[in-house]
Amino acid sequence: MTSLRIFFVGGLISFRALFSFLRPEVYIPSMLVAPIFQILLFVYIGRSAGLESDEFFVIGNAVQYAAIPCLFAMTFTIGGERFQHTLGYILVSPAPRLPLFLGRALPVVANGFFVAAFSLVVGGLIVGIHVPASSYAPLALATLICAFSCTGLGLTGAGIGLLMREQAVLANIMFGVLLIFTGANVPVDALPGWMQSVSNVLPFTHGIEAAREVADGASLADVSDLLAIEVGLGLAYGAFGYLFIRGAERLSLRHATLDRA
Amino acid sequence: MAEGEPAAERTRSSRRVARVLGRGFALHLKMMMRSSFDGLLGVLWPLFFATIAFLMFRAGAGGESLVFASFGAAVMGIWSSTSTSAGSAMQRERWHGTLELLVSAPVHFATVLLPVTVAMSAMGLYSMVATLLISRFAFGVDLPFEHPVAFGFAVVATVVSIGAMGFLLAVSFVRYRTAWALGNLLEYPVWLIAGFLVPLTLLPGWVRPISWLLAPTWGVDAIRDAASGSSAWPEIALALGLGAVYLTIGIAVLETVLASARRAGSLALA
Repeated sequence: MTSLRIFFVGGLISFRALFSFLRPEVYIPSMLVAPIFQILLFVYIGRSAGLESDEFFVIGNAVQYAAIPCLFAMTFTIGGERFQHTLGYILVSPAPRLPLFLGRALPVVANGFFVAAFSLVVGGLIVGIHVPASSYAPLALATLICAFSCTGLGLTGAGIGLLMREQAVLANIMFGVLLIFTGANVPVDALPGWMQSVSNVLPFTHGIEAAREVADGASLADVSDLLAIEVGLGLAYGAFGYLFIRGAERLSLRHATLDRA
Repeated sequence: MAEGEPAAERTRSSRRVARVLGRGFALHLKMMMRSSFDGLLGVLWPLFFATIAFLMFRAGAGGESLVFASFGAAVMGIWSSTSTSAGSAMQRERWHGTLELLVSAPVHFATVLLPVTVAMSAMGLYSMVATLLISRFAFGVDLPFEHPVAFGFAVVATVVSIGAMGFLLAVSFVRYRTAWALGNLLEYPVWLIAGFLVPLTLLPGWVRPISWLLAPTWGVDAIRDAASGSSAWPEIALALGLGAVYLTIGIAVLETVLASARRAGSLALA
């Protein structure tokens, strides 16, 4: 019961406390308007380059934009506590660590999904793409799974955040890598071989591919293998991130470097 | 002797302004070069987008469009380093507790703020060089440099005019507490509307008059023209002219904002 309370209530409270700055005047330009411009930018570059359809870029960029809330928020779950001088209190508390850290991920996944879904709908309406109504639910599921897998990567970023000072720089670099490698804008098979190898182990690659296929009329069963890989990657990154955080926690306690980086 | 005194005073005043501008530029450039956000990320962030653009054009149209994209992508960094930081330039001084000191200094506050935003755009030169090197050596784009002198002037005009645009943003957003969010928001639209990666003819007709009001549009045109061997001087003049207009409007806005803040005693508040 305590673990469940820490997971759900603790996660929500920490999200509200750490992201109190996400008021409408920040949320609207950063989370709702910026992705639309990212979509438009790549739609027009795509038209200029004569590459792929508008739908390709709308889906790729809308889904990939979930990386902004997911990566930044998860990284900030550690950095923000350190900034507010509350990290020490959390790490000396007897709360079980698994619900403590994973509970923080739940609101992040929900927010990432909302941002991506909003971008998909509004970007799609502006550009004028047509997605059949039967594809809405599978498309939403693929988007949700992408937000989940990216949050797993964000948990790894949160662990690294215990060891370095510039978490915003780290999150921005991770976002840029995802934008290049995941096929959001360049078809994965048009990337050089070594980049394709990297893209196969990154969040979004399989989820974006699945989202594009269901938007073209494929059924959920047709893309179940892609979504299963995406879930698996999310779990793997999440587990690695959790272990990384525990390791960094022990290291920082041993060397009394908890509040420093 | 009496007639010479105003002239001597004017010379001293000009020297003082030049010194404030020069020292301010050098100081802020040094500070930003030591920041991983402004320095490292300032180079990497536009490079991510430039790399995607190169990959897209290589997979698609290729050829001349890669040259077009290379010079456009090179200027993206100048705008990025300005847009993300300039909006909150005055806010940052407020957080540091130095805004009142700077406003009360015996020089016009514009001479303190302008070198800050020009230093921000000058930081984009790192990214510009990196982008051109990557396009040449990683993507094998054969970049022309037909008029190197005009190219140099075009780059300087672009940096200065974008810095002046940053100045206008800095003073316009001063009453907005979360100016950084607005600054970030302007990054993609200007990349798109100024024709960095997409020819303006592809954009809807109503967008074009907006792009003509943006100095980066003329800056990147000047750089492309100088590189390809066309005359770049009209575009250089337009970029600098627009920079002067931004500066004039910015100073007028600044005067209004400072007068209002002094009346209300609210300089430290936003």
